[in-house]
Amino acid sequence: MPVKLRKPTLAVWKFASCDGCQLSLLDCEDELVGLIGAVDIAYFLEASSALQPGPYDLSLVEGSITTAHDVTRIKEVRRRSRQLVTIGACATAGGIQALRNFKDVREFISIVYARPDYIETLATSTPISAHVAVDFELHGCPINKAQLLEVVSAFLIGRNPIVPAHSVCIECKLKGNVCVMVAHGTPCLGPVTHAGCGALCPSYDRGCYGCFGPMESPNMTALSHELSELGVGERDIVRLYRTFNAAAEPFSTESAKHDR
Amino acid sequence: MTDRTIRVENLARVEGEGALRVTIRDGVVKTAELKIFEPPRFFEAFLRGRAYREVPDITARICGICPVAYQMSSIHAMEALFGISVDGPLRDLRRLIYCGEWIESHALHIYLLHAPDFLGYDGATDMARDHPQILERGLQLKKAGNELIALLGGREVHPINVRVGGFYKVPRRRDLATLAERLKHARDAALETVYWAAGFDFPDCDRDYEFVALSPPDEYPFNEGRIKSSKGIDIAARDFEEHFEEVHVAHSTALHARIRGGGAYLAGPLARYALNFERLSPLAREAAQEVGLGPICHNPYQSIIVRSLEVFYACDEALRLIENYEEPDKPAVEVTVRAGIGQACTEAPRGLLYHRYEIDADGTILDARIVPPTSQNQPSIEEDLKICINGWLDLSDDLLRRKCEQMVRNYDPCISCATHFLKLEIDRG
Repeated sequence: MPVKLRKPTLAVWKFASCDGCQLSLLDCEDELVGLIGAVDIAYFLEASSALQPGPYDLSLVEGSITTAHDVTRIKEVRRRSRQLVTIGACATAGGIQALRNFKDVREFISIVYARPDYIETLATSTPISAHVAVDFELHGCPINKAQLLEVVSAFLIGRNPIVPAHSVCIECKLKGNVCVMVAHGTPCLGPVTHAGCGALCPSYDRGCYGCFGPMESPNMTALSHELSELGVGERDIVRLYRTFNAAAEPFSTESAKHDR
Repeated sequence: MTDRTIRVENLARVEGEGALRVTIRDGVVKTAELKIFEPPRFFEAFLRGRAYREVPDITARICGICPVAYQMSSIHAMEALFGISVDGPLRDLRRLIYCGEWIESHALHIYLLHAPDFLGYDGATDMARDHPQILERGLQLKKAGNELIALLGGREVHPINVRVGGFYKVPRRRDLATLAERLKHARDAALETVYWAAGFDFPDCDRDYEFVALSPPDEYPFNEGRIKSSKGIDIAARDFEEHFEEVHVAHSTALHARIRGGGAYLAGPLARYALNFERLSPLAREAAQEVGLGPICHNPYQSIIVRSLEVFYACDEALRLIENYEEPDKPAVEVTVRAGIGQACTEAPRGLLYHRYEIDADGTILDARIVPPTSQNQPSIEEDLKICINGWLDLSDDLLRRKCEQMVRNYDPCISCATHFLKLEIDRG
């Protein structure tokens, strides 16, 4: 008698974030029905009120850790997950909300909220990997949905995901784009930024703003030098490195060098 | 049996994470609280010190479902300050990308989040088992909206092509033409959606809302217009803060928007529809008539029909804009920075979205304030719960819990957006 194979279970978790990366799963309009057939979506609050207690074969985690409660919650998620993959800049680097890491969070609270005493938050926004072991990190603000499908498929099959770690520059060359920095003098983070977007910004005549975070071993000093040569002031260099992956190394260290 | 507390610990099928708590004493609903436990992210704080040109890329990150709305309100606020007017094809392109966002956001809510309530499913995954073609239709409709955003903005979530003054790069006529074919199919699917949604069973619930929405003279609102209400407000968008305030109320730790000296109000599809019915396209008005929906709808459950009509309208309007599109000479108008304060409102899929920025002479943001639709609607959501639950008190806790959740989902609340302004809940036992 044939053994009926159990479908792998998938869970999707949200911490401090904009929902955009988990939305990317629902944005796979052509593949979603197939995905529902291939996996058992066991926990996905944004999509269904049917929630299973776990354990889960694969957990996708969106968002960063910014509260004491979430420090506890992510440990529980890890405990109940066989494999844990973080998706997006918040989960992999702390996200835009990690800009608090460079300031006094009490000042931030008092700017936004009339009653600061009601707010419970940590002084920093940190990536998931600062709290629990992570099996794979998928970068991007937001992530690329084709890469998300690749990662989910790879984990369910049990192979390594194919996600290139080279720079956006390589993607530009593959696309045949004219270099916006060389040809137009437009400041661009492409030389130090992780691939994955398909060189989107240069394809739309603007410089890359680094939403996929740092590539493997980027030469930050060389890029900062080039930016200065183009006339980008120190304050604007800091701004360029401090956006959606501000707390990621080496963006964080390089921005500090120019923050005077 | 007369004292009950109904808790929904994790609200499903809403964007972001929230919970619900209803207290019943002596057979009467005492409190109904929509609790927000999304951690705050402090956008208004870290916008200080940023360059004005970075703002649309940053505010997009408030919400992955309606990033275009956050980009649009921010650029209009800054353009109001700089004295820039963006007309002709650039204005049309902004309207067009907004059409795309309404289509994808509404289709997501209609098919994946809201319809399962009316059909008795836990979610779209269960619905897909019995009605695969219906889910497929919804996904293709959503995809048409996303393709529109991706073409104009570069990608669906957090588009990269919007800037103060216009765009970085504008599409060619022929790029838009290929999209027109898909949008014609989407318009058909949207009309089917209107008929499908209108056939659901709706609970009786007639609410006397004060509707608040933008209302321009000769078009259905996206990017501009005066703020009007069904009870007589008629003000410029820049005067929002003079007429609306955010206050603490005793039963909740959340900031709630209210009309100054007045009460709760409703923003979003029901409000836009009631205040702008005659500005819908003839086809959309005809569709409303066909399904028996009058020019004003007071039943929050029927918001799914109104959302479907808005998707239909957005497809129709997108086709009109594409048909008339002529490539502009430049992708953006010249921007001259000026110090001062600029405000603007646009119509996010979930309703009125107000932004204000104070900027210095070199274009640095000194202060920012953002009021999203969900924080405006929160008092109305709670009022709805209090009023409607009184009629459901005979139900078991489980059924009542489901009813409450559905009531909240009528609003398509986006908790990720609202949380930047809402208090974390403190449980008072």
